[in-house]
Amino acid sequence: MSARLITTDVLVVGGGLAGERCAIEAAAAGYEALILSLVPPRRSHSCAAQGGMQASLANCARAEGDNPTVHFLDTVRGSDWGADQEVANIFADEAPIAVRELAHFGVPWSRVRGGKNKYFIKGEHVEIDEALENDGLIGQRDFGGTAKWRACYAAAGTGHAALYAVDSEVVRLGITVQDRTEAVSLIHDGSRCLGAVVRCLRTGRHFAVMAKATVIATGGYGRIYGQYTSNAVINEGTGASIALDTGIVPLGNMEAVQFHPTTLSPSGILVTEGCRGDGGYLLDKNMHRFMVEKEPAKQELASRDVVSRHMQQTMRDGNGVDSPYGPHLWLDIRHLGEKHLRTKLLEVWDICRDFVGLNPVNDLIPVRPTQHYSMGGIRVNKDGESYGLAGLFAVGEAACWDMHGFNRLGGNSLAETLVAGRLVGRRVAEHAAGVSLRADTGYAFDAIAAAEQRATSWLSRAGKGRSIYEIRDAMGETMMHKVGIFRTGDELNEAVNELQALLNDCDNAVLRCKDPGVNPELGFALRLKGMLRLAMTVAMGARARTESRGAHFRSDFPLRNDEEWLNRTLVRWAMDESEPSFSYEPTGLIDLPPGHRGYGSDERIEMQRSIDSYNETVVHEQAQHGRLPSSEEMGSRLKCGAWQAYA
Amino acid sequence: MTQEHGTPSRRLKFEIFRYNPEDENSEPHSDVFEIDETPFMSLYIALNKIRELHDPGLQFDFACRSAICGSCGMVVNGRPALACRTLTSDLPEDIQLYPLPAFKLIGDLSVDTGTWFRGMGERTEAWIHERQAFDPEAEEERMSDDIAAAIYEGDRCIECGCCVASCGVANLDDEFLAGAGMNRVARFMMDPRDTRSEAEWFDVVAGDRGVFGCLGMMACADVCPKELPLLEVYAYLRRKTLGARFAARHEKKGSA
Repeated sequence: MSARLITTDVLVVGGGLAGERCAIEAAAAGYEALILSLVPPRRSHSCAAQGGMQASLANCARAEGDNPTVHFLDTVRGSDWGADQEVANIFADEAPIAVRELAHFGVPWSRVRGGKNKYFIKGEHVEIDEALENDGLIGQRDFGGTAKWRACYAAAGTGHAALYAVDSEVVRLGITVQDRTEAVSLIHDGSRCLGAVVRCLRTGRHFAVMAKATVIATGGYGRIYGQYTSNAVINEGTGASIALDTGIVPLGNMEAVQFHPTTLSPSGILVTEGCRGDGGYLLDKNMHRFMVEKEPAKQELASRDVVSRHMQQTMRDGNGVDSPYGPHLWLDIRHLGEKHLRTKLLEVWDICRDFVGLNPVNDLIPVRPTQHYSMGGIRVNKDGESYGLAGLFAVGEAACWDMHGFNRLGGNSLAETLVAGRLVGRRVAEHAAGVSLRADTGYAFDAIAAAEQRATSWLSRAGKGRSIYEIRDAMGETMMHKVGIFRTGDELNEAVNELQALLNDCDNAVLRCKDPGVNPELGFALRLKGMLRLAMTVAMGARARTESRGAHFRSDFPLRNDEEWLNRTLVRWAMDESEPSFSYEPTGLIDLPPGHRGYGSDERIEMQRSIDSYNETVVHEQAQHGRLPSSEEMGSRLKCGAWQAYA
Repeated sequence: MTQEHGTPSRRLKFEIFRYNPEDENSEPHSDVFEIDETPFMSLYIALNKIRELHDPGLQFDFACRSAICGSCGMVVNGRPALACRTLTSDLPEDIQLYPLPAFKLIGDLSVDTGTWFRGMGERTEAWIHERQAFDPEAEEERMSDDIAAAIYEGDRCIECGCCVASCGVANLDDEFLAGAGMNRVARFMMDPRDTRSEAEWFDVVAGDRGVFGCLGMMACADVCPKELPLLEVYAYLRRKTLGARFAARHEKKGSA
């Protein structure tokens, strides 16, 4: 990369499903799009999604009667009422289109086989007649927290198949992808985003991209949990981090962190929820199916937050299986049979063979809950545009759009990447149509100089500082053990103090590698402070939220508190401020009143005021918190009361 | 320290290729690093340990570390393999690591597979050539589950590049399709949604850079970490391509 400054209409940072789908929409509308990606785009973490993509196609017997309203209901309940209900509704409405579009792009969805099919449901072997007229439609499997079988799938490689199909479309449209590049800061004038400064991961050199619209699609921040995550090593929250650095754009609900019930112990590699969807069991050390009595209605298929807590509690009670790496539980899919495991769950079979030397046809799989998904992210309005900086958009896991609230349902994120990618891509194109490229090269060159200065300062630091890898590992230990599945005020206090100490250590850390070029140690050092700052927003957000909602569980405040906490955390943190500032906005317009999720605890602190009075303030209050106007007015996509026919 | 099964821990000796093209003082050479083996140690764990303890400048690529993203292909004791799923317990104490050949070197063990695969995708037009534009209102086109499963089998390639690196022809000709490229072509050829005719496919896959450029050594099939049936893929492509030729000749005769 020799040019110091390049221009494009739409800059998309991140080459996973959300970013690529967004770029496709902008390119199809006639705009020049440029995708930046840390890795060749097909290696993005979207490829690791296994089990399915939720869309209410109602194609199989157990999906009969499904529709977007039922999907909306499941999603809001799954979110523990933390979601923006209008966004959840848009999502549920458009998910079937997104799934069918993927079929058009070439995804080999598993298909319905008309006639007799054998399934395992709640421990029973069941034979179900699939209607012959449904033969050949997109197949669906059961997943956690859903009323219907809704997860469309391609064996257990759904994300991989989807990403390859979408990337094929990117190639077809001739969209430029610069792989091995990392956006390290945003260029802005205080009210408008003008592009990003980028570090080339082949040469180590910095350059700037100026764009009419900038889209952040960098995925989640799971790696702030160190090794305790199912995420790829590239999921370091870089996009959220550079947005936070502006001090203008808030992140939403950073404390909402999902722990997936079944990741391999000890490596944390994901084992799909499809295993339980297809009839797999969780067993304790006594070979006892503990989920049956804990959650009689949904058993192993309650939502992920609920299942992870029961698993963690089971291990705390001494019923985990001991191992040199700490306790784990068993996932049992032996009864599904070799044919099923080597077709519909093939990737699980591969993973068991490759990483623990097991054959799941005969062997139990050692699993435990591990960090998996970031519900929090860059807060955006329903068009995907950030609060505070016009022309900055975010999409997918990097965004807090916010259809997941405090707990995402399995299969909803894969669907979100495509639904939001399509929708935000359209809005980005509209935005690009309405503005001209501002070639304020002064802002760009200043930002490049600042980025280069950061790198130089790391390289010139001398002395005996701590290793950046030690700091990373310490951050992971703090996050998993003190900002994990069960949280308390005392532990969160400790976590905040420890993270503050690590931030100080980071400022004094010293690099051992001074090589020119990409310098992997420098590359990680440049991200580390941002990761620590994100970790701090998670820990402080969790400490402040004195209730339990979805994946955020406070042992010292075990009830959901709709009277005080039916809101979304917003956090801003400029680089020169010593600590982040928090504020709270209403979750959004409420259609489905807060109630019982259908699994987990039925106890909660009720909201005293009426839904109408809550809703009256939403538009105004969110605007005061920085929400920019959306192309259609707020609430226009709600279908008020439609849920009443199904609740 | 002992391993789980009671065998004493080994001292592993890694000989690793080094070259940083961005450093004018760098010359291609190998460095040797020693570390203690731990239970279930993969090359992902070993290489990170080496970088964090011994040489923070060491370049290599990992992303998912679960054998699905395809980032970490490298030559392990003379054989292309995915590093994340290679366990040191399956290797001798002396381990040699080299970057995949056939791809442009970025540095040390890191190579540029992205450019190669994008180029292959463009040359073979590796996307569905569809009948009509997507209709968001319409039900999906039907497909039998068996055909879907067969296409999925071809779609399982993770583009790690091990087959390309192991291919004698691909090491001499940058544009030879190699195992991954052939597999990709076959995947679209068998997809009923792709409307390309046999004659159109002929232009893509016949010739020295396609299936007839293959010398039949089939190292690609030996090293594929996903165990894709590349022998069958080549046979399928040869059959389809020859079929297209026969059909074309027949047509010519018929019209003459």
